[in-house]
Amino acid sequence: MDRAIAINVSRLCKTYDNHKAVDDLSFQIYAGEIFALLGPNGAGKSTTLRTLITLLHPTSGTATVMGYDTVREADQVRTVIGYVPQERAIDRFLTGREHLQLLGALYHLTKEEAAKRIDELLKLVDLEVHADRPAKTYSGGMKRKLDIACGLLPDPKILFLDEPTLGLDVQSRLRIWEYIRMLKTRGMTVVMTTNYLDEADQLCDRLAIIDGGKIKTLGSPAELKIALGGDIVSLTLKETSRIQSLESDLTGRPAIKTVRATTKGLDIRVETPEKALPTILESANRLGCDIEFIQYNRPRLDDVFIAHTGRAITESPPEVESA
Amino acid sequence: MAHYWQEINALTMRWVRRLSREKFSMLFTLVQPMLFWLIFFGNLFQRAADTQVMQAPNYISFLAAGVVVMTVLNNGLAGGVDLLFDKENGFLERLMSTPIHRTSVILSRFIFVMAITSMQVLVILGVSYLFGVHPATGILGVATILLIGMMFGIGLTAISMAMAFSVKSHGDFFSVLGFLSLPMIFLSSALVPLTAMPGWMSFLAQFNPMTWAIDAVRPLILSGWTEALPHVGMVVLVMLAFDALCLYGGAKAFRRAMG
Repeated sequence: MDRAIAINVSRLCKTYDNHKAVDDLSFQIYAGEIFALLGPNGAGKSTTLRTLITLLHPTSGTATVMGYDTVREADQVRTVIGYVPQERAIDRFLTGREHLQLLGALYHLTKEEAAKRIDELLKLVDLEVHADRPAKTYSGGMKRKLDIACGLLPDPKILFLDEPTLGLDVQSRLRIWEYIRMLKTRGMTVVMTTNYLDEADQLCDRLAIIDGGKIKTLGSPAELKIALGGDIVSLTLKETSRIQSLESDLTGRPAIKTVRATTKGLDIRVETPEKALPTILESANRLGCDIEFIQYNRPRLDDVFIAHTGRAITESPPEVESA
Repeated sequence: MAHYWQEINALTMRWVRRLSREKFSMLFTLVQPMLFWLIFFGNLFQRAADTQVMQAPNYISFLAAGVVVMTVLNNGLAGGVDLLFDKENGFLERLMSTPIHRTSVILSRFIFVMAITSMQVLVILGVSYLFGVHPATGILGVATILLIGMMFGIGLTAISMAMAFSVKSHGDFFSVLGFLSLPMIFLSSALVPLTAMPGWMSFLAQFNPMTWAIDAVRPLILSGWTEALPHVGMVVLVMLAFDALCLYGGAKAFRRAMG
């Protein structure tokens, strides 16, 4: 399937004082998808994001956004993107509405255009009631919603979010995820960085795991998990004497990758459980093996991360901001 | 061009709004230099200072020019602070990710700092007036004082912004600021004339652009045009060079910070 490419990154490098923050990255982001750059702090994901939004010039390599080069055609790039920086990119003394009015002028909207769009956005993020209070009275979740409204003000083709839920409480987090999904249904392309595995897993169509400035792997969460070697079906048999015959019967069957005997039964690696389970059950029935217990483990994104980077993602506990 | 103006207008209004929300801070900003220097310091030394050395009818009338330029100095050096906070909390990135002209943010800051400084200078001259200091060159002289203040202020604000873009943390920024401000004042003709200083201090003070500014402002207040004009001509040249240097450095720091 040929999909429209929103962002094309080609051999991108960014070096700071002999330290390679980003090391030869190449990838594409399709129009209309939610794409995440996942990695621990200092992995290079923010550097990559900031290159895409024209705030950093690459040391070498190129990036295009909607076909525009981020260096040579930076101004055109800036007109088609919205940006939501990390938490607290807010002027405490301005009200929510004044933030949006300021941005309206910076995107060269007329007062009428801006006013109309601001009202829509305030309604969308549920800040109408608080729109005329200074932002210093906002809670962490409200600030984040204002951040997102600011990012959406230019009605961008692509929205960039830097760690959209860092430090938020669970409810606000789910709320932000809802918004992001809704933007996707409106046809917007969403690019975000995160160091939360569950966020990448639940929200994204595709993700790139970045570590040490390099892409370790890239794909949809499901693809990445399958690529690990598939899901594992663990069987516990009533009669352990039957283990061997079932093992030899299942080995080499389609949809089944490997079969390994354990003390009480079998660990079977399968491509997908939908295809493999009928085969396993049919086999067990035919051979008269009574099954005591079936457990099915799907690899989590944590396993993908460990497999590709050799370590667990170092998550600092989220600091919940007080209002 | 219409876009450029729209951006600068909106960004400048943001600084104005911020200040108006911090009423206390605004009051102190406006009142501090007159209160501390002009009223306390000026009256404190009224009798201790020798009018023969000062070449002025009294110390407050001598000091007024110094306080005017000191205000320009402090406002200018602090002019980058808000940008520093914008840089640290990501607001600057938000602004720079919009399709604005790259100079709009900086220009809005210059306009704002110059406007506030000019207002303060007028207040200081007003308070001095109450103490019997009547500018010898009249309204035109006051306008000239404002012009000199702005020329000095542009360079200082550029230095401040360059520092804001270059420092790693705002702790560094305020240390440097605190270190710069007082020596600049003591090593200038703000508080005493160069002739009354120890040799090494008056030597250093000659190279302080602040001394040039004060030496032009003072005769505008005390003497009259004939005395002031040569100094004014000189300070315009000095400030042109000073501004060019500071703006060049500032532009470099800005470009480095913004990719």
